[in-house]
Amino acid sequence: MNAEPVSAGLVTAAPSAVGRRFPPVAELAIGSLALVVIGGILMASYVPRRPPLGVPAVLTAVSAALVLTSVFLLSRLQPFAWSRFFLVFRWALLAYVISAGMIGFAFVRDHTRGAPLALVAVMLVIFALDVPVIIAFTVARYSSPPHSPD
Amino acid sequence: MTDVERMQAGPADLAPGPARAQIQVVPLRGLPVVAAVVVFVIASIAGNWLWALTFCHVVGGGLWTAIDLFVGLIIGPILARLPEAARAEFAARFMPKMVLLMPTLVLMTLAAGFQLALREGNLAPSNPNHAWLIVSYCIVGVMAVIALGVLEPANIAVLVEMRKTTPDRAVIALLMRRFLYTAGITGVMQVATLIIMTRVASQ
Repeated sequence: MNAEPVSAGLVTAAPSAVGRRFPPVAELAIGSLALVVIGGILMASYVPRRPPLGVPAVLTAVSAALVLTSVFLLSRLQPFAWSRFFLVFRWALLAYVISAGMIGFAFVRDHTRGAPLALVAVMLVIFALDVPVIIAFTVARYSSPPHSPD
Repeated sequence: MTDVERMQAGPADLAPGPARAQIQVVPLRGLPVVAAVVVFVIASIAGNWLWALTFCHVVGGGLWTAIDLFVGLIIGPILARLPEAARAEFAARFMPKMVLLMPTLVLMTLAAGFQLALREGNLAPSNPNHAWLIVSYCIVGVMAVIALGVLEPANIAVLVEMRKTTPDRAVIALLMRRFLYTAGITGVMQVATLIIMTRVASQ
């Protein structure tokens, strides 16, 4: 990968990217990640028994709502370094799909079946989305223009 | 290149400084090693192979804990007192290695450790180690949220910023501060992990 060429003229006028305020995309995704981690710990703490699914299911539902809100807020960002965002997102997604796949494999290997396995799968999907969103947003926000047009 | 990307550089008064070697965000030469480790861990779990599971858990956990402690409590405070340019040079060489190393060690330790605990019966509610392992899950959970939600994104964002022709030093300073604080927090939490794991191993 090569360094990004930057226009010297624009550099002269540009204030730091730190100044621009963004909606809480990363914060919501971190909250979502924390909830699936708590849900995962609750379920793992019952292995090898069958875990009660009520609390983990509620945590997963709230977590999904948070990540969807995060993605909605993200989708409304203009101007935003979308090409940078998607470049980072797709590689991070690949890495975390592999991670999530390994965790899922461990649960399947340990004879988790039926509803608990389905819930774990949903949690892993959220996990595999949360982390790439956080990483790609963190990178792209500092590659975006310092001020929104309004 | 989009308009947004043309505007991405930092303030003009922040000179690019001396020529720096090209930064590779993900060191490609390390990927085959990571792939080999992942395959080995999967094979260990699939075969429920005691030696391999112990190896992955002990070696991965030992390196993870030691690196977290060393970076958080020794490298971090030293780095915080260095001039900005020296910090940037260090980060440019150090952080790409962390991008591959830490997730691999974490994956290796946790996946093998869970399988090992299950195999050895430590997860059974009647086992004296059960409660300790639940506490360790909670500590690892907090560390995972900090590492995945704050530390790793800051690490990658610093590297991407440094690849720009004119990096924005305010962005690098902010993200490096974030990286060092979170590395310090996870380093301190690793002390709790050491206490728990040595207790589990000796019961």
